[in-house]
Amino acid sequence: MLDSLARLGRIGIGVLERLGRGHLLLLGMLRGVTDLLPRPGLLIKQIYSVGVLSILIISVSGLFVGMVLGLQGYYILSQFGAEQTLGVMVAASLVRELGPVVAALLFAGRAGSALTAEIGLMKATEQLSGLEMMAVDPVRRVLTPRFFAGFISMPLLAALFSALGVIGGYFVGVGLLGVDDGAFWAQMQAKIDLHEDVFNGAIKSVVFGLVCTWIALFQGFDAIPTSEGVSRATTRTVVHSSLAVLGLDFILTALMFGD
Amino acid sequence: MMESADNQEPLVRIRDLRFSRGNRVIFDGVDIDIPRGKVTAIMGPSGTGKTTLLKLIGGQLRPSSGTIHVDGQNIHRLGNRDLYKLRMRMGMLFQSGALLTDISVFENVAYPLNEHTDLPPSMIRKLVLLKLEAVGLRGARDLMPSELSGGMARRVALARAMVLDPMMIMYDEPFTGQDPISMGVLVELIRSLNDASRLSSIIVSHDVHETAAIADLIYVISNGKVIESGPPESMMDSKSAWTRQFMQGLADGPVPFHYPAAELADDLLEGAC
Repeated sequence: MLDSLARLGRIGIGVLERLGRGHLLLLGMLRGVTDLLPRPGLLIKQIYSVGVLSILIISVSGLFVGMVLGLQGYYILSQFGAEQTLGVMVAASLVRELGPVVAALLFAGRAGSALTAEIGLMKATEQLSGLEMMAVDPVRRVLTPRFFAGFISMPLLAALFSALGVIGGYFVGVGLLGVDDGAFWAQMQAKIDLHEDVFNGAIKSVVFGLVCTWIALFQGFDAIPTSEGVSRATTRTVVHSSLAVLGLDFILTALMFGD
Repeated sequence: MMESADNQEPLVRIRDLRFSRGNRVIFDGVDIDIPRGKVTAIMGPSGTGKTTLLKLIGGQLRPSSGTIHVDGQNIHRLGNRDLYKLRMRMGMLFQSGALLTDISVFENVAYPLNEHTDLPPSMIRKLVLLKLEAVGLRGARDLMPSELSGGMARRVALARAMVLDPMMIMYDEPFTGQDPISMGVLVELIRSLNDASRLSSIIVSHDVHETAAIADLIYVISNGKVIESGPPESMMDSKSAWTRQFMQGLADGPVPFHYPAAELADDLLEGAC
């Protein structure tokens, strides 16, 4: 009994320690922005590897998700003779929910896992220690540019996802199923609210970008410096990021749209 | 800073150093003086915490108790800014080389200069080429670290460690896994760089012959303590059976060849029943 209590206590202390280290790392990365401003090249390079290289998977996924929404939406709406509102349905689903959430899940899988593996391997091959001994702070020099790159890229990727999703929905709804072209866009224009829908969706994607990148970098930085340790850290990144995105999505949705 | 001007003062002074990892005691009251301008070797079997000692000297780890003074400054009492300032005068050669894998050899060596100086690119180029020339790899400047052999990677890392003209260089197992030619080149380089650049060198190693060939002073550590120290010649003929066994690589001595176990006959018979 006492043993299991002690074990529980140790696990609790371990979790709190990791949380503490994670928050200290976040603070260090935020402070590192002063080093980043005079050297925008570091940020641009990371935006390329974190953001630009994720464009393909985000674009293709967005297009297909939009096409599926168009199909499913059409069959349901047409039962009520409301297929003219397909544009609203597709756009609202994407901008409010699917854009930020699915883009964040894909971002965690594509860019987050790559970040964790990269930082974990830099740790395992003593590159981070090497930087410290060269009097270069690895948090400011290596982690901060990656953190802000993720933070900036994620909302843009979510916007791209939603935009291509709408095009996918249009292609299926108007192009294949015969929904009226004018009604598709006009209804969307009339019903989608800039603040209520677009702005709230953007806030979600900013939060998800911050959380996913933070988790990915912390897992890499805190990884046990062996091949098994890095592999576990990469898995943890995807699992923790996905759970965090889904949990936060519920909280944010409740705060934004709940009465 | 007053002490730094006093050349009689050892460059690194370690007193009553204690360090543990969990329940395992790594150092239990270690005293070491690293003199200026000399090559000092810290030797001992694998797992005695030699690399840990370098990390303690570099301020990357904190001791449980005891002090480490580097150039007169207690390294674990320094703030981040002063610690980084001191580290600019300390070079370290990691066992793996620890080169940044996404940039070329030239950029790796130029890295500390780009980070810490405002020198114009033409001056940085000259300095980098001179350091690469010193390690014989000027022609490899455009290669990526993945294209280098282990020995070449360590020489590039050595050029990088020297590029800010530090007062000391710490070598972590520089000879491990090297072929005889690379080994010979490294042994020669470490000694000649130490003398030509008036450095102080600390080599952590268990390669007895190579290290003894270039060291001025050897500390042998085991079980968390300094067993013996002195010039290489005296260590070979040491009165301590342990030191003799280690330095001469003898199978028989105070350190047993076999891990503690039951009698072989008993063990075998047990399986037969």
